[in-house]
Amino acid sequence: MSIVLEIKGVNKTFGGLKALTDVNLKIEEGKTHAIIGPNGAGKSTLLNCCIGKLIPDSGSVTFNGQDMIGKQPYEINHAGMVRVFQTPEIFPELSLLENVVIPALAKRDGIFKFNPFKMLSNETEIHDQAMRALADVGLDKFHQKNAGSISRGDKRRLELAMGLIQNPTLLLLDEPTAGMARHDTNQTIDLLKKIKDRGMTKIIIEHDMHVVFSLADHISVLAQGCIIASGTPDEIRNNPKVKEAYLGETEDE
Amino acid sequence: MIKSILEKFSLEKNSSVMLVFAAVVLSAPIWLTPFGANYPDLLQKFAIFGIFAIGFNILFGLTGYLSFGHAVFLGVGSYTAVWVFKLFTMNVLPAVMLSVAIAAVFALLIGYISLRRSGIYFSILTLALAQMSYNLAYSVLTPITSGETGLQLSSEDPRYIDSLLGAGVQEGLPATNFFGMSMSGYSGFYFCAIFLILAFYISLKIFRSPYGLKLIAIKSNQKRMLYTGFNTRPYLLSAFVISGMFAGLAGGLMAATDPLAGAERMQWTASGEVVLMTILGGSGTLIGPLLGVGVIKYFENIFSALNETSLREIFNFLPDVVADFLVSITHVFVGEGWHLTLGILFMLVVIFLPGGIMQGVGIFTRYYKKKMTELKSERSVEKGKSQ
Amino acid sequence: MDALLIQLLNGLDKGGAYALIALGLTLTFGTLGVVNFAHGALFMLGAFCSVLFKQVLTISKKVKDESITFFDAYKEQPYLEIWWGDTGAMIIDYAVPISIIMVIPVMLLIGVALERGLIKHFYKRTHAEQILVTFGLAIVLQEVIKMFFGANPIPMPAPDIVSGSAAIGAALGLSDNLVYPWWRLIYLVFAGVIIFSVFAFLRYTTFGMVVRAGMADRETVGLLGINIQKRFTIVFGLATVVAGIAGAMYTPILPPDYHMGMDFLVLSFVVVVVGGMGSLEGAVAAGFLLGMLQSFASLNEVKAIFPGIDQIIIYLVAVVILLVRPRGLMGREGVMEE
Repeated sequence: MSIVLEIKGVNKTFGGLKALTDVNLKIEEGKTHAIIGPNGAGKSTLLNCCIGKLIPDSGSVTFNGQDMIGKQPYEINHAGMVRVFQTPEIFPELSLLENVVIPALAKRDGIFKFNPFKMLSNETEIHDQAMRALADVGLDKFHQKNAGSISRGDKRRLELAMGLIQNPTLLLLDEPTAGMARHDTNQTIDLLKKIKDRGMTKIIIEHDMHVVFSLADHISVLAQGCIIASGTPDEIRNNPKVKEAYLGETEDE
Repeated sequence: MIKSILEKFSLEKNSSVMLVFAAVVLSAPIWLTPFGANYPDLLQKFAIFGIFAIGFNILFGLTGYLSFGHAVFLGVGSYTAVWVFKLFTMNVLPAVMLSVAIAAVFALLIGYISLRRSGIYFSILTLALAQMSYNLAYSVLTPITSGETGLQLSSEDPRYIDSLLGAGVQEGLPATNFFGMSMSGYSGFYFCAIFLILAFYISLKIFRSPYGLKLIAIKSNQKRMLYTGFNTRPYLLSAFVISGMFAGLAGGLMAATDPLAGAERMQWTASGEVVLMTILGGSGTLIGPLLGVGVIKYFENIFSALNETSLREIFNFLPDVVADFLVSITHVFVGEGWHLTLGILFMLVVIFLPGGIMQGVGIFTRYYKKKMTELKSERSVEKGKSQ
Repeated sequence: MDALLIQLLNGLDKGGAYALIALGLTLTFGTLGVVNFAHGALFMLGAFCSVLFKQVLTISKKVKDESITFFDAYKEQPYLEIWWGDTGAMIIDYAVPISIIMVIPVMLLIGVALERGLIKHFYKRTHAEQILVTFGLAIVLQEVIKMFFGANPIPMPAPDIVSGSAAIGAALGLSDNLVYPWWRLIYLVFAGVIIFSVFAFLRYTTFGMVVRAGMADRETVGLLGINIQKRFTIVFGLATVVAGIAGAMYTPILPPDYHMGMDFLVLSFVVVVVGGMGSLEGAVAAGFLLGMLQSFASLNEVKAIFPGIDQIIIYLVAVVILLVRPRGLMGREGVMEE
C-alpha cells in the first residue's frame, strides 16, 4: 500500500496556545481515514494545514511526494487534494448544473485559461460529466434550480458532487453530516460508501460516531492537539484512552 | 441573476442575437425619429457610451469588482487618438487602434495594482489611481495633455504620414476621416455603430463562454473558486484589461468624432457616470448597460436643454395657478438641475431595483405570465365545472 | 528653514482636516460596516450650515447711510446691528465659531435621519450597493447645495481679531518675517481637541467601549444582546457631527463650494486605506502624515526637482504603502475583507 498523504511532526500555535503538537499521520491509498476528537481538539487546524490555509510552525505535509506547505489553495487542488467544507461553499447565484460544471472546467482548464470565444453550450462532454456527477448525488432532476434555493442537506450533497467531479486522489470531508437529519445522514453514508468502491482515498473529520464507524477503515483520535490513538475501528472502540478522552464524553452528551 | 428577455425568447444562437442587434443599431436613425433623437451627435453619443458601458459591465457585471476609475481609460484613449491625429494621420483607423492598445497598457498597470485587493479596497484604489491620473493630465503632464485647455489639433502639427502621402496644405484644420469618409454626421455614427456591434459581439461571446462563467463564479464565491483550483487573479486582471480596452475604444471614437481631449474626461465623476448607466440598465445583463446609456443620454439631452421658459410653454395648456406651481417644482430638476434628477433616480434604482431596468422588466414579465396562467386556469376551471 | 516650518504647519492643518474626515469614515466602516461615499458631502454640509448661519445673522434692512451727508444714500444694515448695536456686530464677526452651536444639532439631526431613513436598510446589502447608494446621496446633497448657494465659493472670513497672522517667528526666536494665519493655528488646535475628545469618548465611556468591541468583533457584540441598532444610529450621528464641524471650521481657510466634499472624500479614502481600514489611530496618523507629505511636496525646492509632485504625492505614497503593506499602516487582519 502506498502512502498518499504524510503528515510529519506538525506543530501549530496560536498566540501561545498550542493547537497541534507533533502530529504524525499516514494516509494509505484507497482507505477511508477518519479523524475524530472532541471540540477544540485541533481537527480543523490540522485540516487547514493540509490544504494550505494555515502554515504550520514546523513539520511537513507531503502529498504524493510533493511538499504542500505554503502552497496556494488552487495548487493543492490541482495536486489532487480536494476539500469539502463544513458549511457548504457553493455558488448560490448559479444553477446546480453550473455549480458542478465549474470544478469540471477547473480540472480541464487548469489554474487559468483564457477562452472567451468558446461557447459554453458546445461543451457537451463537460455537460454530460456534470449531469452524471449530479445524478450520483441524486440532484440531477433539479439541475436548473438556483443553488442558493435548495435545502442545506442538498447543498452539502451538491458540494460533494463538486468535489467528486474532479476525481481527486484525496478527498477531505469536513464533518459531511453535521447539521443533517438522521435520514439525510444515512443517505450521505450510503453515498460515501458508493464512492469508496471507486477507490478514492478519503479523510473524514466527523463528530457523529455512527458515521465514523460505518465508513472508516482507519481512525485517528485527536485530543488537545495530539494524536492519542490510531487504529482500526475495533481497536479504537476498545482503546481505554479513547474512551476516556472522547467516547466517554459523547455518551454524556 | 436576471436572465435577459432576449435569452428568454430563445435567442439561443449567437448569430440570431447578433442579427437582431445589428438591425436595431443600424436602423437607429429611423426608429429614433419619433423620439426626436435621430440626429447624428446624439446617435454617436449612444454608440460611444454604449461601448464604454458594455466594457464596464464585463468587469462589474461579471466579476462584481466595482471600479471607480474607468474614465481614465476613456481619457487615455482620447489623448492617444488626438496625438495620432497630430503626429501621423487624420485617418481614424490607426488612431482608434492605438487608443485601444495604449488603454490596455494603462489598464494592465492600474489593474495589476488595484487587483491586489478586493471589495471596497479595490474600489478605493481605482478611485485614488484615477484621481492621480486626472491630476497628472490636468497639471503635471501639461506638455503631453495641454492641461487645462485640453489637447487640440493645430495647423502646425506635422502629420507625417499624411504629408508623406502628399496631402497638400489645406486651409484651416483638416477633419478626421475614415479613408475619405467624414467622421461627422451619419457616417460618423455608422463608423461608431460598427464598433458598437463588434463590442456587443465580444461581450456576448464572453458572457456565454466558460471564461465568462468563471468570472460570474468569482463574483458569486471567490473563496470557492480558489479551492476549486482556479487562480482568480489572472481572470480578474484579464477582465479588467478587456473592459479598459473597451473604454479606450470609446475614448478613441470620441476623439475621432470630435478631435479634442481634456482632463475632465478622466475625472471620477465621469467614472461615476458609467457606473450609473450600467446599474440603471441592469449590470450583469447583456442589454442592460445599453438601455442605461440610452435612457440617461436621451433624458440628459432633453432635460438639460429645458429651462423655465420652455417649461412654461409645456404647461401652457393648464390654468395659470397650476402651471406656475408645476413650473416652480419641475424647473428644479431640469437644466442645471439635471444632475439632481440623475442622483435621485440613481438612488431610487439602487434602493428599490438594484438589478436596474432589466430587473424591472423581469418582474413585469413574470407578473404578466402569472396573470396569464391564472386567467387560463380560471377559464379551465369554468370549463371543467361540468366534470 | 522658515519655509519648512510654514509647510509643517500647513501640513498639520491639512492633515487635521483629513484626519477628522477619515476618523468619521473609519467609525462608520468599523462599527456599521458601511462604506460611506457621502461622508465628504457631510463635511461640505457642515460648511454650508455655517454659511447659512452667517446669512441668517446678516439679514439686512435698507437704512439711510448717515456717513454720507450731501445726498440721500442707503446701505444694507443687518438687523442684528440695528437691534443690538456693537454686540450685534460682534456676533456677526464671530459667525464662524458661533455657528458650531448650530452645526452640532443640525448635523446630528441629519446624521440620525440619514441612518434611520437610508443607511439602516443597507447593512445587509453588498458593499458595492452601499457605495452606490451613498455615491448617489453625495450627488444629491451636492446638487441641492448648488441649487441654494450657487456654484461659486463663498468667502467666510474668520473673526476680525484672529484674521491676521501670528508672529510665530518672533515668538520662537526665529526670523521676524515668519508669520502664520491665526485661524489656521486655531484650526490645528481645534482638530487636536476634537480628535482627542473622540478618542476619550471611545475609551472612557461604556458606550465607547461597546463601540470599540464592536469594531474588533461585530458578531460577539451582537451575541451579547446589546441593542446595536441604537448604537449604530448614535455612531453615525457622531461621525456626521465630526465631519460637519470640521467642515464649518474649515470655511475661513477654504471658501466652501458645493464640490469641496468630493475633493476631500477621495483624499480621505486614501487616508483611511493608508492608515489601515478599521483603525482609528491609523486614520489619524495617516491623515497628518499625508497632509504633511503634501505640504512638503509643494515646497518650491521639491517642485523644482519633481514638477507637479505635490499633485500626486499622496496617491503615489498610498500605492506604495498598499503594495508593501496591503493592510495599511495600522490595519488589522480581516477588517472589511471578504
